[in-house]
Amino acid sequence: MSSYGAEAKPRMGFFTDTSVCIGCKACEVACKEWNLLPADGLEWTGHSYDNTGELSANSWRHVAFIEQDKPLRIDGDFATADGTMAVDALEGGGAAPMRWLMESDVCKHCTHAGCLDVCPTGSLFRTEFGTVVVQEDICNGCGYCVPACPFGVIDRRELPRKPEDAPLALPLLGSKEDGRVWKCTLCYDRLKGGHEPACAKACPTHSIQFGEVDELRERAEQRLAKLEAQNWNGPRLYGHDADDGVGGFGAFFLLLDEPEVYGLPPDPVVPTQHLPRLWKTTALAAAVMFAGIAAAFAGGAE
Amino acid sequence: MTADSYYGRPIVNEPVWKPEVAFYLFTGGIAGGSAVLHGLAKLAGNERLARSTLWIGAAAEAVCPPLLISDLGRPERFLNMLRVFKVTSPMSVGSWILIVSSGASTTAAALERLRLLGPLQALTEGVWFLSGPPLATYTGALLANTAIPVWSEARDELPWIFGASATACAGAAAAIATPTWCAGPARRAAIGGVVAELGLVHAMEKKLGFVGEVYEQGEAGEYAKVSKALGIAGAVLLAARGRRSRAAAAAGGALILGSSLALRWSVFRAGFQSARDPKYTVIPQKKRAAIRRAESHPASAPD
Repeated sequence: MSSYGAEAKPRMGFFTDTSVCIGCKACEVACKEWNLLPADGLEWTGHSYDNTGELSANSWRHVAFIEQDKPLRIDGDFATADGTMAVDALEGGGAAPMRWLMESDVCKHCTHAGCLDVCPTGSLFRTEFGTVVVQEDICNGCGYCVPACPFGVIDRRELPRKPEDAPLALPLLGSKEDGRVWKCTLCYDRLKGGHEPACAKACPTHSIQFGEVDELRERAEQRLAKLEAQNWNGPRLYGHDADDGVGGFGAFFLLLDEPEVYGLPPDPVVPTQHLPRLWKTTALAAAVMFAGIAAAFAGGAE
Repeated sequence: MTADSYYGRPIVNEPVWKPEVAFYLFTGGIAGGSAVLHGLAKLAGNERLARSTLWIGAAAEAVCPPLLISDLGRPERFLNMLRVFKVTSPMSVGSWILIVSSGASTTAAALERLRLLGPLQALTEGVWFLSGPPLATYTGALLANTAIPVWSEARDELPWIFGASATACAGAAAAIATPTWCAGPARRAAIGGVVAELGLVHAMEKKLGFVGEVYEQGEAGEYAKVSKALGIAGAVLLAARGRRSRAAAAAGGALILGSSLALRWSVFRAGFQSARDPKYTVIPQKKRAAIRRAESHPASAPD
C-alpha cells in the first residue's frame, strides 16, 4: 500500500472463525443484497445444507456444510484421545459422535494475488486498504484471472442471451451487460464510507470478524490457543502465515479439519512465484527454436 | 489415488477460454515459426521460400487478433489490453508481442504485394523476424502461469513444446506451399520440429506423473494420441518422399499441421480436465507441504 503515500490505510481483512459459525447464511444474503448480485438459480445439490455450492461471480460468500462422524472434542463423551470414538460408548447405546462443520468462504485477498498479477488490463488493483478489487469499467473479460486463482474464487459472469439479442451487433455496441469477472471487493464502497463489510455486519455469531489484519492475526492466535486448551478436535489457522505461498491471506480462517475438507487448497502458491524462471525457460526455448530453424538451412535450398 | 475433498467439487476454476484460444495457439505458432523461416530464407537468398513463408505467416497472424478478441467476455474493450504493460502477466506481454509481430507481418506482406521494396520493408521484416520466436514460445508461459496443475507443473516443458510445435507446423505449411527444389529448410524444420515435439511431450508426461494422467484420459488423451500418430506419419512421409514428390510433401505437411493442431487441443483440454478433479490439486500440494515440513523439522519427518 506504500504507493498510496499519505492516502494509505492499514491493511483490512477478515478473520473467519468457523468454530462459531452456525450456517445461517446471513453473510451470503447480506453480500447479495449489498452488492446487487444476481441470483444463480435454485439447484438442490444434496450436499448437506449447501445449495450455493461454491464461490462464483455471483456468490462472494459461500457457506460450506460438512456432516462428519467425528467428535467435536477429543475428550468428548464419545471420543478417545486419538479422535476416534470409544467403543464402549457405542455399546452403551450412546449416540454416534457427530459434528457439523460450517465455514463461510470468501476471497482471500492474498498478499501476492495471482488474479492481480496476471490481469493484462490493469482492471484488478490493490486498494489503499490492501484488498484486491476488480474495476468493472476496465475489465474486458479475458478470463486469465480465472485459472490463475489458486482458490478458484474469481469467475466470469455470463448472462443468458435472449433470442432478441443480436449475436454480432450487441458486443460491438457494448450494451451486453456482462462477460466480465467478479469477486468479493471486501465491500470497498462500505470501507470508503467507514463501514464494515456487509457480511461481517450481518454475522450474528462473530464468526466473520473484520478489522486490521495484524490485529486479527493476534486475535486468531488467542482463539486457537483457547480451542486447543478446550480439547477441540483439529483446530488450525489457515492463511495467517505471511510466509506461505501467497504471502498470507488478507482474509484468513480458523478451521477444524484439513483445508481440502472445506474445498480449500492445502498449500496454495501464487502462480507468478515461478514466473521469473518461466520467463527464462521461455526465452531459452525461443533462442533454441531460432537456432534449430537456422540449422535446417545448413543443408542448402533443396 | 484419492484425496479428501468437498463433495468432490473442483478447487481451482476451469478456464473460461473458448476454443478460439486453442486455435490461436496453433495460428500463433505457425506465424512465429514462419517469421524465422522467412528471415533466414531471405538471408540465405532463398527468395521463393521467403515469399511463401511471408504469405503463410501474415495470413496466420492476421487471424490471431480476431480469434483472441472473439474470446473476450467484452470484445468491444479489446484495446484495454494495451492500457498497461505488465511483465507479471504473460497475456499482457503476449498482447504486445502479437501487436508488434502481426503489425510487422501484415505491413511486410502489403509492401511485398505493392512491390515497395526498400528500407521500410527491410525494417518490418527485421522486426517480424525477431518477434517470431517469442510469439511461438510465450504461449507456454501463458498456460504455465496458472493454478491449473497439469499446466503449472509443466512449466519447464510447455514453452519448449510450443516452440518445437511452431517449428514443425511452420515448416509443414511452407513445405506445402513451396516447390520441392527450394523447400529443403522447411522440410527439415518440420521433421526436426516433430521429433523434438514428440520427445518433449514424452518428457513432460513422464515428469508430470500422476498429474499428467489427464493426457491419457478423455479428450486430452484422444487428441494426444492423434497428434502423435499424425506427426510420426507426416514426418516419415516428408523424410522419405518429400524431396522428390510435391504431392508427398503436401500430404506430409498436412499431416504435421493436423498433428500440431491436435497437440494444441490436447494441451488446452488437459487444463480443463485437470481443474475438474480436486485430487490433482490436493495430492501434490499435500506432498509438497509434507516435504517442506520434513525439511524444516527433520526429527518429526513422516516416513
